[in-house]
Amino acid sequence: MSATEHPATIEVEDLVKEYKKGPRAVDGVNLHVDAGEIYGFLGPNGAGKSTAVHVLTTLLPPTAGTARVAGFEVTKDGAKVRENIGAALQEAALDNYLTGREHMRLQTALHGLPKEERRRRGDDLIERVGLADAADRKVGGYSGGMRRRLDLALALVHSPRILFLDEPTTGLDPQSRSSLWEEVGRLAREEGVTVFLTTQYLEEADVLAGRVGIIDHGKLVAEGTPEALKAEIGDPSVEAVPADPARAGDVFRVLERFGGGDCPHHEQESVAVRLKGGGASLADVVRALDAENIEVAHLQVHAPTLDDVFLAKTGRTLEGSGDDDESEDEPARVPAQAAASA
Amino acid sequence: MSSATWTQVSELARRSVMRTLRQPAQVVPSLIFPLILLAINAGGLEAATNIPGFPADSYVTFALAVPFIQSGIFAVANGGADLAKDIETGFLDRLALTPMSGLALVAGQLAGVLALGVLQGLVYLGVGLAAGATLEAGLAGAFVLMGLAVAISFAFGCVGLFAAFRLGDGEAVQSLFPVLFVFLFLSSMALPRELIEQDWFRTIATWNPVSYLLEGIRSLFIDGFEAEPLLRAFGVAFGLGAVFLALAVGSLRSRLVRT
Amino acid sequence: MRTRSVAAAVAWRNLHNFFTNPALLLPAVLFPLFFFTAFAGGLSRVESAPGFDFPSGYTAFQFVFVLLQASAFGGVFTGFAMARDFESGFGRRMMLAAPNRLGILAGYAISALVRAVFVWVLLTTIALAAGMEVGGAGVDLVGLYALAGLANFAALMWAAGVALRFRSIQAGPLMQTPIFTILFLAPVYVPADLLSGWVHAVAHVNPVTAMLEAGRDLISGGEPKIALAFGAAVVLCVLASSWAVRGLRRAEAAGG
Repeated sequence: MSATEHPATIEVEDLVKEYKKGPRAVDGVNLHVDAGEIYGFLGPNGAGKSTAVHVLTTLLPPTAGTARVAGFEVTKDGAKVRENIGAALQEAALDNYLTGREHMRLQTALHGLPKEERRRRGDDLIERVGLADAADRKVGGYSGGMRRRLDLALALVHSPRILFLDEPTTGLDPQSRSSLWEEVGRLAREEGVTVFLTTQYLEEADVLAGRVGIIDHGKLVAEGTPEALKAEIGDPSVEAVPADPARAGDVFRVLERFGGGDCPHHEQESVAVRLKGGGASLADVVRALDAENIEVAHLQVHAPTLDDVFLAKTGRTLEGSGDDDESEDEPARVPAQAAASA
Repeated sequence: MSSATWTQVSELARRSVMRTLRQPAQVVPSLIFPLILLAINAGGLEAATNIPGFPADSYVTFALAVPFIQSGIFAVANGGADLAKDIETGFLDRLALTPMSGLALVAGQLAGVLALGVLQGLVYLGVGLAAGATLEAGLAGAFVLMGLAVAISFAFGCVGLFAAFRLGDGEAVQSLFPVLFVFLFLSSMALPRELIEQDWFRTIATWNPVSYLLEGIRSLFIDGFEAEPLLRAFGVAFGLGAVFLALAVGSLRSRLVRT
Repeated sequence: MRTRSVAAAVAWRNLHNFFTNPALLLPAVLFPLFFFTAFAGGLSRVESAPGFDFPSGYTAFQFVFVLLQASAFGGVFTGFAMARDFESGFGRRMMLAAPNRLGILAGYAISALVRAVFVWVLLTTIALAAGMEVGGAGVDLVGLYALAGLANFAALMWAAGVALRFRSIQAGPLMQTPIFTILFLAPVYVPADLLSGWVHAVAHVNPVTAMLEAGRDLISGGEPKIALAFGAAVVLCVLASSWAVRGLRRAEAAGG
C-alpha cells in the first residue's frame, strides 16, 4: 500500500450522523486533515466530537455524507480503514482481570502480528509509555493515568498511520497529561503519524494541534491554526503598572509607540495597549521600557484564547458550555445502558 | 479456519479462560452450590425411591444429573455477565477495531464457559461417586458424560451470549439466573416424567428440553449405555446451542456495528 | 432530614430503573411465578406422603416458601443494581452527595421492599386464582407478609455487603447462591418432621425454617411460633446489616 495511493489523510464531506430518536449529533461537517498533521477537534460536551470519531473509526455508520480515512471510504472499506488506524476512545476500555502485558499480547495477536514479533512489540510499547514496572499487574489496580497510557500503547501496536484520540487526557494529573502530550507530539514529528485529537481543553488544543476545528451542536464553526483563529478575534494587548505611579505618563508614551496608532488605555495606575500588527512582542516592550529606565511593578500580556474564538462564533464560552446530558454523544445501540443510567 | 482466525480464537479463548478462573466469586459458587442442592434434594426426597417404578435405588444416583444442568445455568450468568461487561465498558469496541471476526469473538467467549464446565463436571462426578452414586456406564461412560457436560455448557453458554448481546446489561443477565432455574424445576428433575402425577406438569416436562438433558446424563449413571436418551441429550444440547448461537450471531451484528 | 431525602432519592432512582426496564422487571416477576407453578404443581404428589398433614393444602404450603423466596430474591436483585452502580462509578457520586451514607443503604432497602410488595401482590393473586386455601385471619396474613418483608431486608443486606466489597456485577453468583442455599436448607418440600438424616438436623437449626414454619401456620390458621420466627428473622437482619455496613465502610475506604 503506497503512501501516494493511500495517504494518511482524513477527508470528510458533508458528514451527518443522526440518531434514531435523537438529535443530529454531527450536522454537515467538512474537514481535511493532512498526513502527519495533528488536528485538534475542540468543542464542549455534547458537541458531537465523540460521535464524529466513532464514525471515522468505523464504529458507527454515518447517516449521510462521506468520510475517507487513509484513502479508504469508511462505509465501503471499513476493514482497510481499521488496518490503518489506531484509536484510544473516551473510555480507556480495559479488562480489569488482565495484566498490561496480557492486554498487549491479546491486541498484538488480534492485529495479526507475527508470533515472534508480538512479545517484542508489546514490551517496546509498554516501556515507551512508562508501564514496564506495572506490566505484570492486573489493570484493575492501575491509576487513571496508567490506564490511559496503556490505552495509547494498545492503539499503537500495529503501527497505525493515523491515530484517533478521544479526550485522551480527561481526568489526568498535569504530569501524566504532559507526558502524553510529549508522546503524541513525538509520534507526529518523528514517525509522521497523523493525529486526530478531540478535546475540551483549550490548552491541549493550543499546545498540541497544528490546526484546530471548533465544533458546536454538530457543526464546524471555525477552523484554522490556533494563532490564526485567535488573530481573527484581535491582537494581544499588554498592560503595564509602573513601580512609581508618577511615571505613568512615561509608560503611556512608550506603549503608544507599539499601539500602531491606537491610543493606550490609561486607568488609574495601569496602562494598556493593543499590540497592532503582531510585530511587537513582550520582549520589545520590556526593552523599550528599560531603555527609558522605567521600572514596572506589573507587566502582563492578554492574548485572545480559543475560548474567545468560541465566544465570538457561538455567543457562549467553551468552558462550562457543554450539555450535562452526554447521551447525545452515546451510540444509539446501547439503549439498555442509556436507560439504566440516571 | 484460516490461521489468522485460529489465532484470534485462541487468544480470545485464553483471555476468557483466564478471566473466568480469576474470579473466585464466579467459580466457587458454581462448584459448591449445585453440590449443596444435590445433598439437600437427596436428603429431602430419598423417600421417592420407594415409589413403585422409581428407576434407581439411590436418590443421589438419580439426582446427580442435576448439577450438570445447574452448571449450564451458571454458564449463562457468568459468561453472559462477562460479555455484558465488555459491552458496557467499551472493550467490545476495542476488539471491533481489530481485524477480529465475529466468529472468533463468539468462539473465544465460549472458551471460558467450556473450561469452567469441564472443571464443574469433574468435581460433580468426583463428589457424586464419593457420596455413593454409581456410574453404570463405567469409565467409558465417564468420558461420554464429560462430553455431554461440555455440550450442555456450550448450549447454555450460547444462551448467555445471546442474552448479553441482546441486553448489553450485566444486571439484566444476572437476573436470568433464577428464571432459568425454574426451567430446571419444570422438568424431570425431581421425578421421572412417567411418575409425575399432574398431567399438565408432565406435559410441560415433556416439552422442556432440560428433561432430555437430565435423562441423557441420568441414563449413564443408572442404565449404562442407552442410545436413545444419549442421542436425545446430545441432540437437544447441540440443537439448543445451534439455535442460540444463531441468535447470538444475529444480535452480535447489531451490537458490533462496524462499517 | 437530608439522610431521608438521600434515601428517597436512591429509592426513587432504583425503582424508576426497575419499572421502566423490562429486562429487569420480567425476571423478577416471572421467576417466583414459575417456581410456584413448579413446586405447587409438580410436587403436589408429595402431599400424599404418610405423615403429611397440612390443613390448607399443598398449594398454600408451597405458596409460603415461594413468597419468602421471592422476597429474598427481591433483595438480591436490588443488590445487583447496587453492584452495578458502584462498578460504574455512580456509587461514588452518591457517596459524595450523601451526608450520611447509611441513607444510601436505606434507599436501596426501601426500593427492595417496594419491588417485593409488587411481586407479593402478583403472586398472591395468582395463588388465590389457583384455588389456594387460606385458613388464617387478616392479622395472620399481616404477620406472614411481615416475615416476608424481613426476609427481603436480610437478603438485601447480604447482597449489599457483597456488592460493596466487590463493586462488580460479576459477583452476582456470590450474592445469589448463599440465599438459594439457605432457603433450600429449610423444609421446602415437606414439613420439617418428615425430613430425615443430616438434612433434618440442618433444617432444625436453620433460622429460615422457623420463618417458614411460622408462615405456614399463619396462612393455615395454625399456632405459629411467632417469637421464634420473628426472633430468627431479626437476628438474620441484624447480622446481615452489620455485614452490609462494614461493606459500606470498605467501599468508602476504597474511594467508592
